[in-house]
Amino acid sequence: MVRRLLGAIPLVLGIATIIFFVVNLAPGDPALRFLNPNMTPEVLEQIRVNMGLDQPVHIRYVRWIGALARGDLGFSFTSNRPVLDIIKELLPNTLVLSATAIGVAFLLGILLGIVQAVRQYSLLDSVASIVGLFFYSMPSFWLALMMVLVFGLFAYQGQWFIQFPPSGMQSVDYAFLSPMAKVQDRLMHLALPATSLALVLAAGIARYTRSSMLEVIRQDFVRTARAKGLSEPVVIFKHALRNALIPVITLLGLYLPFLFSGTVFIESVFAWPGMGKLVVDSILERDYPVIMGGTLIFAMMVVVGNLVADVLYAVVDPRIRYD
Amino acid sequence: MTDAGFETSDLRVDPTGSGPNRSVGRGRGGVVLSAILPGVPQLLVGRWGVGGLGLIVWTALLAVLLTRWTRFAAGWGGPLDHQIASLTVVAGLLGVWGWSMFDVSRPAEVKRTGVGQWSLAAKAFEKNRIAVLGLIVVVCVYLIALVTPLVTPHDPATQASLVTARLVPPGGEFPLGTDHLARDVFSRIMYGARISLSIGFVAVGISVTIGTLLGAVSGYLGGWVDTVVMRFVDMVISFPRLVLLITIVALFDSNSIFMIMAVLGFTQWPGTTRIVRGEVLSLREREFIEAARALGFSRSRIILRHVIPNVLAPVIVASTLGIGNVIVLEAGLSFLGMGLQPPTPSWGSMVADGRDHLLAAWWISTFPGLAIVLTVVAFNLVGDGLRDAFDPRLRT
Repeated sequence: MVRRLLGAIPLVLGIATIIFFVVNLAPGDPALRFLNPNMTPEVLEQIRVNMGLDQPVHIRYVRWIGALARGDLGFSFTSNRPVLDIIKELLPNTLVLSATAIGVAFLLGILLGIVQAVRQYSLLDSVASIVGLFFYSMPSFWLALMMVLVFGLFAYQGQWFIQFPPSGMQSVDYAFLSPMAKVQDRLMHLALPATSLALVLAAGIARYTRSSMLEVIRQDFVRTARAKGLSEPVVIFKHALRNALIPVITLLGLYLPFLFSGTVFIESVFAWPGMGKLVVDSILERDYPVIMGGTLIFAMMVVVGNLVADVLYAVVDPRIRYD
Repeated sequence: MTDAGFETSDLRVDPTGSGPNRSVGRGRGGVVLSAILPGVPQLLVGRWGVGGLGLIVWTALLAVLLTRWTRFAAGWGGPLDHQIASLTVVAGLLGVWGWSMFDVSRPAEVKRTGVGQWSLAAKAFEKNRIAVLGLIVVVCVYLIALVTPLVTPHDPATQASLVTARLVPPGGEFPLGTDHLARDVFSRIMYGARISLSIGFVAVGISVTIGTLLGAVSGYLGGWVDTVVMRFVDMVISFPRLVLLITIVALFDSNSIFMIMAVLGFTQWPGTTRIVRGEVLSLREREFIEAARALGFSRSRIILRHVIPNVLAPVIVASTLGIGNVIVLEAGLSFLGMGLQPPTPSWGSMVADGRDHLLAAWWISTFPGLAIVLTVVAFNLVGDGLRDAFDPRLRT
């Protein structure tokens, strides 16, 4: 296990290197966004020096990696704040969104997969497969827009029983709400973005759970369990599911990059102040330290997620040992 | 596997599939029927997959030819895409007709060469109705992409009157409505198919080439080459790919279609590499590779001539599924405004256009999105079908 942790360090270092060179070798000059007609070339040069852009790329690389090792992600070009502060402020929002989404996705996907496997070839199975395939093939940003359209706008126009706020993380009057109403307000705002993120993932998880469950159900120990006279729920949930879930856990690691790609769209559609939106905005503004910092955090979360999946794998399946 | 012998054992299996029934639809009646409506004789003998495909392509192209005759005739001297469209109509019609005639008049005797992996897979695929349906949709989308200039009711970039034709609801002159610049959504969706499909095709082509070569080399050679390649794959896979893509596209400030194809292609390959490497690791130990090695073939010859042909089946499956993946990604990039330049109709940017007018005009975003979903579902169906068809364990 320790070896795996240590193995992640060169991985992160490699990722950081790729990020650095992709961003810094791109054509264009971030200092130019401060350019105005009243400026002398000397001032522009001074701005470059302030941003550290006067140095050659390899010097900047060594400096950046050095600072990184000390946990310093540098200083934003545009908002004059340390990148780490900005990330600390926005990361929890993204984590809330993606944790909710992945929780819902796994719950929904696994449940649906079990039902489909238990009732294989039934009408429910085929309908769920087809519907699942559509969600699986759907761009999450389009699903999000359709959710806004139906549950945000049409529901509002039609005065439906249930309406969801179409954007943002909290209402305008959030500060004046009672604690209970605050929680409710946050949940209502979370509903649409988390669902549109979760449905796309859940479809894939259901597919996977179904096939893995089908494989397990056919095995001898399940027949033995049934023959012992155990009730069907015990057979399915206690004997079959535990074994069927082992391969599903790898999906946790595999889906994280998709999840974070998804948050980029979802945050942009719902104006959710999170990391995805931060990275997109900073790319448009050529704020190099923020782009590098944000991307690195995303990549690190994926690496950590994969490690967690590995650990869970060993916990669920005692046959697997990491020495 | 292509190297394994099927000569003796499989001759007993009737390779034509459905036995005596196949003589129906042949003979003179079949030929006449095929001359008028290609595909129908095949439908009559129950080969509804190829028959339906042939019939649909035939009728669709014939309808285009008859209803758009003036555009078709004018197309030959027009711009390149008009010429391609007219050529597609002619080639498609002749191709379907010729294939059907050949198929009907072909003698029904059994070939004496045995059945290979590919024809077995084709048979299995043809039995999978839903996958064939997906294939029909894919072919139709490709046809639409090719003949678009002949069939669209409006030009995708031309604006109708901004006063009277802005945000017109679906129906009437504009089947799917108009957008905020009074452009016809339907025509733009049809033109968008070209962008999505060509990007998907080229990007997957790039990624499959890189992925297969790297995977085969890394799996076959092993050792430090394998370690280096696989660590690099791990690194690329840990990236949230979209972030990498928007970084490259936005910072390099290049919105040309070739740039986007290249960027998507050069970030798509790690998945293929992993699959190929896994296959090669087991192939490497097989007798026929050992025999090739014993014959003193060079490593490059063994990899190119013996290893790679045997991993093509999973690669084809992965690339079919990959096209769907790339189409969604390209749409995403365009949605964020980092795809192609505005006048070019792309499904993703159309969804983005409609975003600001969601309340007033829901159709602008909805229909291009449906086009994406339909296309990607079709590619996924074909990919799943191919996977089942290639997997001998699922074959009955």
